[in-house]
Amino acid sequence: MVVLRLEYPFTAAKVRELKLGREVLVSGPVHTARDAVHRYLFEGGKPPGDLADGAIYHCGPIVLGREGAWLVRAAGPTTSMRQEPFTPELIRRCRVRVIIGKGGMGDGTRLACAEHGCVYLHAVGGAAALMARCVTRVDGVHFMREFGPAEAMWHLVVKDMPAVVTIDARGRSLHRRVRSASARALDAIVRDGPLT
Amino acid sequence: MKAGLWEKNLLELVRRTSTDLPSDVEQGIRRALRREKRGTRAAWVLESMLANADIARRESLPLCQDTGVLTFYFSVPVGFDTNMLVARTRAAVAKATRRGYLRINAVDSMSGAPYETNSAHGAPVFDFRQGARKTVDVRLVMKGGGCENVGRQYSLPDAQLGAGRDLEGVRRCVLDAAWHAQGLGCAPGVLGVCIGGDRASGYAYAKEQFLRRMCERAATDRLARLEDRLMKDIARLEIGPMGMGGRATALAVKAGALSRLPASYFVSVSYMCWAFRRRGVLLGPEGGVNRWLY
Repeated sequence: MVVLRLEYPFTAAKVRELKLGREVLVSGPVHTARDAVHRYLFEGGKPPGDLADGAIYHCGPIVLGREGAWLVRAAGPTTSMRQEPFTPELIRRCRVRVIIGKGGMGDGTRLACAEHGCVYLHAVGGAAALMARCVTRVDGVHFMREFGPAEAMWHLVVKDMPAVVTIDARGRSLHRRVRSASARALDAIVRDGPLT
Repeated sequence: MKAGLWEKNLLELVRRTSTDLPSDVEQGIRRALRREKRGTRAAWVLESMLANADIARRESLPLCQDTGVLTFYFSVPVGFDTNMLVARTRAAVAKATRRGYLRINAVDSMSGAPYETNSAHGAPVFDFRQGARKTVDVRLVMKGGGCENVGRQYSLPDAQLGAGRDLEGVRRCVLDAAWHAQGLGCAPGVLGVCIGGDRASGYAYAKEQFLRRMCERAATDRLARLEDRLMKDIARLEIGPMGMGGRATALAVKAGALSRLPASYFVSVSYMCWAFRRRGVLLGPEGGVNRWLY
């Protein structure tokens, strides 16, 4: 597989070039956001900085240390589907161009990606040590007091973080394809005859 | 009773569980990799998993940042003080959290506030039973939220699935659970299945299947045949590693059965992600290590 590099700023033009199924190495700032931050932003809360042409990472890392001397020990992706109700609005309002997570997202996100120019990148779930290695710097944290360390918004700088384009900016989704192909397979398997 | 020794070895159990993928699971991933075509996305995902396991083990880092629900299964000698074990385990878990082997991961369900020690009402989960040996047998399973969320329970008959109260019905339930999970539970995972029991014991027993090694046969031949058939069936779904397509959708199916009421027929399916964290240790009467398990 030929690897493609995706570097900050994640402009609409760069993102629209990314084809479904491509493996990419992401470099630049990524902002972690999961359940609490998504709900906060969705309900009209102000993001701590400009997220335009930026990347959201569905991740609740394990970080030791303190301000100025953070040590990221584990930083794999969390299940993205829980953010499905909030994500189209986040893409529209904050002009986020890259969403990194795992497990894929639904039609709302897929359509918002196509309309506004955004991609969903699938990182390998559970591969937290591998991902932690890609974090070169921690540029601070927001909402630590409000939401706790796992739910806070960590501003990470990553280098060559591996992921696969599973929802592109043309309205195509690998998750949708796998889901319907596996549904057809399931029908055949069930019909195949009873277990005796 | 040496409190310090208990705590030290229980802490080491947590560290090993969080950072060191059991060899049977790792071999399962390697087997899955051999079945995928070289250079495919599926192969790349499986290779990343193996690379992650390698880094985590070498650098003593958590395999996954979601260090999950910790379930401790204790089997203790007659008359053994289990309150002491609970206290020492809670202390070890708090220390493991401070050292970054565990994420601050227990949250107050009413307020949303995190428990800094990972110790609270319901966390960790303890299971005690009396054993025949003079040693304390401790097994720890750590299970993250992604895979916990895709567990499913069925009450048969289920008209929609066409699932009746027989093994064919059970097969349809497990296939349905595997399909619904897609990549959300971090495939390729292990499906723990319980036939029977009630709604609570069914899930608990489905999870106990995770204590079995990957190669460990089922309790009866019929259960073993069910497992084998389900493995063949699930492979045909082609959901693949992380749900991105491919052959490796499950590493194993582990099934067990409990008695049930005449009126109830539950099938409980618990999904364990590929980052299958399971370790164990036999501790002597003073808390010293007798032998590491798995």
